[in-house]
Amino acid sequence: MSAARATESNGAGTTDGRHPIAATREELTGWGRAAPTVAHVAAPSAADDVAGLVVESGSRGVIARGLGRSYGDAAQNAGGMVLRLGGLDRISPVDPITGLVTCGAGVSVDRLIREALPRGWFVPVTPGTRQVSLGGALAADVHGKNHHRDGSISAHVTSLTLVDGRGALRTLTPSEELFWAVPGGMGLTGVVVELTMRLIRAQSSRMQVDTTRTTSLDETMAVLEESDRTSRYTVAWVDCLARGPAMGRGVVTAGDHAPADAAGDATAPSLGRRGMPAPPWVPSGALNPHTVGVFNDAYYLMAPRTPRRSLESVGSFFHPLDVVPGWNRLYGARGFVQHQFAVEDPQCVRRVVSLLSRRRAPTLLCVLKRFGPAGRGPLSFPSSGWTLAVDLPVSDSLGSLLDAMDEVVLASGGRVYLAKDARLRPESLVQMYPRLDEWRFLRDELDPEHVFQSDLARRLHL
Amino acid sequence: MINALGAPQSVLVLGATSDIARATIERFAGAGRLQRVVLAGRSGAGLDAEVERVRSSGVPVVEASAFDARDRAGHERVIAGAFGGGDVDVVLISFGVLPDENQVRADPLAAADIVDVNYTAVVTTLLACANHLRAQGHGVIVVLSSASAVRGRASNAVYGSTKAGVDALACGIGDALCGTGVSVVVVRPGFVRTRMTAGLRPAPLAVDPQDVAEVIAKNLTGGSRTVWVPAAMAWVMRVLAVLPRPAFRRLSI
Ligand SMILES: Cc1cc2nc3c(=O)[nH]c(=O)nc-3n(C[C@H](O)[C@H](O)[C@H](O)COP(=O)(O)OP(=O)(O)OC[C@H]3O[C@@H](n4cnc5c(N)ncnc54)[C@H](O)[C@@H]3O)c2cc1C
Ligand SMILES: NC(=O)c1ccc[n+]([C@@H]2O[C@H](COP(=O)([O-])OP(=O)(O)OC[C@H]3O[C@@H](n4cnc5c(N)ncnc54)[C@H](OP(=O)(O)O)[C@@H]3O)[C@@H](O)[C@H]2O)c1
Repeated sequence: MSAARATESNGAGTTDGRHPIAATREELTGWGRAAPTVAHVAAPSAADDVAGLVVESGSRGVIARGLGRSYGDAAQNAGGMVLRLGGLDRISPVDPITGLVTCGAGVSVDRLIREALPRGWFVPVTPGTRQVSLGGALAADVHGKNHHRDGSISAHVTSLTLVDGRGALRTLTPSEELFWAVPGGMGLTGVVVELTMRLIRAQSSRMQVDTTRTTSLDETMAVLEESDRTSRYTVAWVDCLARGPAMGRGVVTAGDHAPADAAGDATAPSLGRRGMPAPPWVPSGALNPHTVGVFNDAYYLMAPRTPRRSLESVGSFFHPLDVVPGWNRLYGARGFVQHQFAVEDPQCVRRVVSLLSRRRAPTLLCVLKRFGPAGRGPLSFPSSGWTLAVDLPVSDSLGSLLDAMDEVVLASGGRVYLAKDARLRPESLVQMYPRLDEWRFLRDELDPEHVFQSDLARRLHL
Repeated sequence: MINALGAPQSVLVLGATSDIARATIERFAGAGRLQRVVLAGRSGAGLDAEVERVRSSGVPVVEASAFDARDRAGHERVIAGAFGGGDVDVVLISFGVLPDENQVRADPLAAADIVDVNYTAVVTTLLACANHLRAQGHGVIVVLSSASAVRGRASNAVYGSTKAGVDALACGIGDALCGTGVSVVVVRPGFVRTRMTAGLRPAPLAVDPQDVAEVIAKNLTGGSRTVWVPAAMAWVMRVLAVLPRPAFRRLSI
């Protein structure tokens, strides 16, 4: 939305002069660019300001927003307040012995990597983009390609400070039960203002990567399972448009931080190039089964036929999509939805991939991974087994396809990821997250009046 | 909330016994997200039956609300009541009457009553809903205009003039709401086979209420807009709109 339109100011936080943070009316969406709503957006840069805004938030409540990389409506609050937290941007020095670092919740993974990597440290978990805030990463309890080894991000956080529903600052550590309501709690347990996290050592800024092309879904899954035993980071791209025996063929990449001697220049931070931005306007329907089919074939054929080892930058290995800023606009005006589920049963993955293949769903991005054991958060998404994530452009038939996928997932006791969701049924959420009541109990202690509200919370009756 | 695929969870219908409204609610319910429907209409057997029908289609919360378009002072109570029970994602303004043209021409006060229902009551309800929705930061008002709003015709001058008023208001307010999260969808059907047109000879391009419902359901997410049912009606009316009056007058429509 244009700056000119975002000028109408809301009284909240300005009336008594204590909080000089003017809110502007702004239209917000998630990364999928569907379902826009309008909220009063303020950008506090200190914990006290956050507390003041929470106390004065009014009847439609308040929610934190990081970098807006959740795909759906988690960081929106129609008619209420939204707090952009980019101003909470302090980073402490990294403790040279323990690797502990304390950061403001608005610090991005991108910035933290740029600070830490030249000094031999790396983030313990990174999602597929560096452009997420640490607050947002914790609220979604994000996972990376190393979940089978290292778990999700909450496993590496040693302490967090949040503003609760009464506007009070609380510091929580993993030994307290309340702490665990935050990861996966999607901002509904308070505004995290600061957290301390343990970094991991990285001898170089390069990754040693093994790439394997597979010819069927069974082979893709087998190669992934095998590489989980040998590599810290693994993931597979899956071709959901391929039919017959080729259905689910893919490209498996498995990597580790390269040791200093193998990497050449060990210290220069190598995040990869920053490429061309996506064109600002793309017609709806530009991505259809034909164009996507061509892309998938090309991508598949470009991968080496026999397994190959190579050196890659951290950026190209972990965050290939960051090379095209604003790539989400490629999906056109109607936007897109990502469906990501986690399930123990490999048959469920086969059923969903064959559903996608049968329905000719134009899935450019379809990513398969294995998860290690679940973490402790009652609403944390990752759970032992498999996870599949697919991006799909909004179309008239998409609703029924995604509902059909939910049914398959539910029948196998799986769940979908709220950081990606924009269309789940509230009834399904209850079945997918059996520890929901446990989370609600903890949330009520942190926010008894349910001051923290979001479009996601309203839609799913969280 | 209206989800990313345009499926609403809560709807307020003003004119709940309208055939077009019934088909629209049925279509919404088909997407499997409807949680609450407030059915506002003149109370009576028709409204009760409608409540029963929507309930049996699987919507958990269905409320009836007594609403008479001629009771202007009562509109805000009905609307505030609906918004008081939770967010309203879609407001469907579907009440209206199609008078016998000769009768209202003979009785100017009867014509004024038609204006009260078809136009004045749309002004009051649309403005009231727009205010509630603005505070909510999201939502869509769907207004039943008509192809007859586009050009005054000898055969339905009074009805057409009310729809012209409705159409102008709804388009203007829709544009005024830009940037508030609220939009207005103006629906211009041609001839729809409903109770309203029972006994009349169907015009060319006649459609069923389900066709109107389909177009409404597909247009909840694109912001304020005007939609025609069927789509081809747009071209027909664009041609008719520029016909010189002597030629237009001679058409028996
Ligand atoms: C290209 C791409 C790849 C991705 N890959 C992965 C992946 O591999 N693994 C994965 O797990 N996720 C992945 N994601 C999802 C992303 O990591 C999460 O949605 C993350 O939450 C986004 O962080 P953000 O700062 O943009 O948060 P936002 O999208 O702004 O907010 C997300 C949620 O966090 C809450 N929140 C934000 N800041 C705070 C705070 N300070 N205190 C409390 N709550 C807060 C918000 O209220 C909201 O509920 C990917 C997203 C993209 C676009
Ligand atoms: N059918 C068409 O060809 C056509 C074409 C273009 C536009 N439209 C418009 O579409 C809308 C719906 O029409 P429809 O075809 O579905 O007609 P319908 O089935 O006859 O419905 C008309 C509705 O208006 C209600 N109504 C009439 N007077 C009212 C009053 N004083 N107070 C409250 N409610 C009142 C009726 O309620 P009761 O049941 O209590 O009478 C009924 O629910 C109308 O605005 C109409 O003008 C229709």
